[in-house]
Amino acid sequence: MTRAAAIEADGLVKHFGETVAVDGVSFSVPEGSVLGLLGPNGAGKTTTVRMMTTLTRPTAGTGRVAGHDIVADPAAVRRSMGLTGQAATVDELLTGRENLRLIGRLYGLDPGYIKRASDELLERFSLADAGDRTAKTYSGGMRRRLDLAVSLIATPPVLFLDEPTTGLDPRSRVELWEVLRELVADGTTLLLTTQYLEEADQLADNIVVIDRGTVIAEGTPLQLKDQSGAAALVVTVSHAADLAAAEELLRPYVREVHVDAGARQLTAPAEGLGHMTRVAGLFDQSEIVLDDIGLKRPSLDDVFLHLTGHRAEERTDDTDETAGEPAGEMTR
Amino acid sequence: MTSPTTDPTTHATSTLERPEIRTTGLLTQSWAIARRNFLHIRRMPEMLMDVTIQPVMFVLLFAYVFGSSIDVATPAGYRAFLLAGIMAQTVAFASFIVAVGLTADLDKGIVDRMRSLPINPAAVLVGRSISSLAHSSIGLVVMSLTGLVIGWRIHTNVFEAALGYLLLLGWGFAMIWVGIWVGSAMRSVEAVNGVMFATMFPITFLANTFAPTDRMPTFLRFVAEWNPISSLTQAVRELWGNDQPLAEGAAFPMHHPIPFTIGWIILITAVVAPLAIRTFRARTAD
Repeated sequence: MTRAAAIEADGLVKHFGETVAVDGVSFSVPEGSVLGLLGPNGAGKTTTVRMMTTLTRPTAGTGRVAGHDIVADPAAVRRSMGLTGQAATVDELLTGRENLRLIGRLYGLDPGYIKRASDELLERFSLADAGDRTAKTYSGGMRRRLDLAVSLIATPPVLFLDEPTTGLDPRSRVELWEVLRELVADGTTLLLTTQYLEEADQLADNIVVIDRGTVIAEGTPLQLKDQSGAAALVVTVSHAADLAAAEELLRPYVREVHVDAGARQLTAPAEGLGHMTRVAGLFDQSEIVLDDIGLKRPSLDDVFLHLTGHRAEERTDDTDETAGEPAGEMTR
Repeated sequence: MTSPTTDPTTHATSTLERPEIRTTGLLTQSWAIARRNFLHIRRMPEMLMDVTIQPVMFVLLFAYVFGSSIDVATPAGYRAFLLAGIMAQTVAFASFIVAVGLTADLDKGIVDRMRSLPINPAAVLVGRSISSLAHSSIGLVVMSLTGLVIGWRIHTNVFEAALGYLLLLGWGFAMIWVGIWVGSAMRSVEAVNGVMFATMFPITFLANTFAPTDRMPTFLRFVAEWNPISSLTQAVRELWGNDQPLAEGAAFPMHHPIPFTIGWIILITAVVAPLAIRTFRARTAD
């Protein structure tokens, strides 16, 4: 049975004067799943999220969040979603708890509930000890976690995250992923934009790749990897001296062999699982000792390169902003 | 990590029901935002400097340094004459505070965060207006106390005294719109500072705020007497009995300062408010 869509984009278009930021983006996110919106800086990810969260009106097209139309009924959309923007938008002069209270009040939540929810969220996001300190004193990772906690004060069924881990160190990033997985386990539907392929690979059930405002590919991480060509068969021999013999042995069974002497590796295009088993048997009966034999799927990085002709974390335009910095993509 | 069944805190939100989101009014929402702005002042009391130390310094500076060479014909002398002028200037600077605060919120994405909530988008602006009027009121109290210490008194009745304060706050309200306009149009707090210093200082000085206008060169005198700040200052002086007899050839607004002040407040608000809202929308909605 297919689940109902919690988020749907329907031919979204956004023009800024002459610039076409988003040019007909459609996708659908089933309830309780995670969609990764993947693309380089300037691809239109943020603009798409801003349209879906009613911050900016689409030039054409529409979308639905929890069944409410983003153009016709933005107020209902705002009641059913949370947004964590690109920059951690916590109020630095307020404490963690005061940040939660402010947003809780603006939602019109019961004060008793706000108190309970704040305690639980601070505990859950490992901020319990920092709850009464001003956010100014927080680290980058803590600010992000507080930002996320604030978005969750009204337990929205749908959550939008715009580059949630940009600018975080690897450890904070993994911690945040953990928290997001728990949310999804609790039934929250997530849409997250990212330029990190690893992030999409780790979290997303489905990925929509956008470049220059249009969807250029979509599918599960696995499907996308399959799309960009076959997997490779990788054989690692134990002794460099065996490399030539191994190549000799392998050659009749594959279309081509690439030898990497330094890594003691032979790489060949794979032709399915049965093919690999046969090759494994071949080496088993020979004198050659192997460290490893296996199939290597292309990484999402390879996929991205294949689809767009450029690497994901590389700038597409000629601004000199360095990758990894909080991205300034269409932050108007 | 322990499993959720043995340690309930690791899976906390599962114990929280989805809460009821009550529809609140614009005032409730604005008040929540204004309270947040008050918290800012509590955390950074130096934000109050513009309505405390700065005007007190101006009072002392003008009353004792320049004042001795400025001759006015009010019963209590220059210090009584000065006070309404400094109050008008302080209230005019309300636009400054609004603009700086709004630009900072826009810049940090806080306005966007609020716009993503189920609230009236105007609450962001109304909340700012409430805290700004409170800010100006603190300034008026500090000024009045300073005035009492250096010999300023209100010589009229309670009604006229209150009307004087009311005109000052009304003026502060009109200035809030100027602040929203500038704050929405500028991209950084530094730019706001630049624009506001370059405009508000000449506007508040080229008036009857600190010195009588009748000895200014003809052209300057004309500009100063038509300056809305002069109408406000003159109105407050008259209402508090701190005015001096009008000099020969005073411009028309000086003869009718109270209706002129009310007119200016209405005119500025009517012209600037729509501009401010349009600029704010253009800044935030795209």
